[in-house]
Amino acid sequence: MLDQIFIHLKELLVTGAGKFISGTWLDLFSMVINMIAVLMFAPLLMMYLTWLERKLVARIQDRWGPNRVGPWGLLQPIADGIKMILKEDITPAYADKVLHVMAPVLIVIPALMMFSVIPFGRGMVAVNLNIGIFFFISISALETMAVVMAGWSSRSKYSLLGGMRSAAQIISYEVPLGLSLIPVIMYVGNLSTRSIAEAQHGFYGLHWFVLHPWGFLGFLLFMITGIAEVNRTPFDTPEGESELVGGYHTEYSGMKFALFQMAEFLSAFAISAMAVTLFLGGWNGPVLPSWLWFMIKSMGIFFVLIWLRGTFPRFRIDQVMAFAWKFLLPLALMNIFVVAIDYYIPGLIGYIGSWIFMLLSFFVIWAINSKGTAHHYTGSVTAPQIPAHPA
Amino acid sequence: VFDVEVVLIVPWAVVFKQLGFFAFAEMAIFLLILFVGLIYVWRKRDLEWY
Repeated sequence: MLDQIFIHLKELLVTGAGKFISGTWLDLFSMVINMIAVLMFAPLLMMYLTWLERKLVARIQDRWGPNRVGPWGLLQPIADGIKMILKEDITPAYADKVLHVMAPVLIVIPALMMFSVIPFGRGMVAVNLNIGIFFFISISALETMAVVMAGWSSRSKYSLLGGMRSAAQIISYEVPLGLSLIPVIMYVGNLSTRSIAEAQHGFYGLHWFVLHPWGFLGFLLFMITGIAEVNRTPFDTPEGESELVGGYHTEYSGMKFALFQMAEFLSAFAISAMAVTLFLGGWNGPVLPSWLWFMIKSMGIFFVLIWLRGTFPRFRIDQVMAFAWKFLLPLALMNIFVVAIDYYIPGLIGYIGSWIFMLLSFFVIWAINSKGTAHHYTGSVTAPQIPAHPA
Repeated sequence: VFDVEVVLIVPWAVVFKQLGFFAFAEMAIFLLILFVGLIYVWRKRDLEWY
């Protein structure tokens, strides 16, 4: 009963409206309810994610974090919001004004669209698209368009560098991100997020894909590439404060800056929610209601993201790119063979064999990468020189 | 190059269980060719940022 409480609430609304309208209008009304639910949930969630992040990062750095506004600083996001709205909105004199205003709006739209295919509970998905996760990865890549737009239109070297880095990063990380989902699609045989969550049902709701070798590797790949995709630390080179001032949002202030922040937090949460859906069993779990399970797991993953932010230094941009092409991409390709071994050799032999194959390919690729001179192949033993060719 | 490859692999992955072993063997050959391409690019040092 508690499990389906939101569904029942919505049905109550729809049947209530059914007395006045019918047919297509009723379907439209039902969709509008879903939309409003997502649109109300997302900003509220974002406000308290910022609060959570500030508190936790403060704890990691041995500080208190916000604790003046309201109990435990709980009203801090509202105070911040008021401050952001009241602040003067500055547009640089030489900026491309149209694009400069459009960019913060365009970055929030994909962040919100990502929420439409996330199954928050049993039957609680706003739109049950049959191309669910494909939609998700394509929409998440769209965010970079707005970042490049912001970087270009600001007319600032730092912004432009940030935008360009973001574009380069997304092109590289899109490939392992897409490939890390392939094993799940192969196993389920469906792209809909709802049926992927349903496929992990069983064994008291603990039949999670992360317990399979391909799921384990896929989960790691998805988390790493996902963090890079939404530009969070350790991969936040587009906005690296220590090198690029603020990256693509250097020239933004007030509400426009707040929109960039909002998009960043929303997409980070969307990535963690999608990781839960694909690999950690979605809303499946014993005893507790499904939506509560989903939120607990997503918050757990989001906590890991904050933890990484608090403890990891930022990568250099060339390290970021090399990591994608030389380590994540071969591993993601090998993962397809891992799932094939698991599928074609039945029983325990296939299971253990695929674990061994997964670990073997992991360590082989690691060894190739850590062999400092492997990619130079000059045959000499002298220290590698930085080449003169432009590339 | 690799974006195009994802476009090919995703539909294959959806019907992977229905197609049987032959389709998997074909995809394995395709992936091996891609691996050769990746090694070639790696050795040519086109994956360096500078």
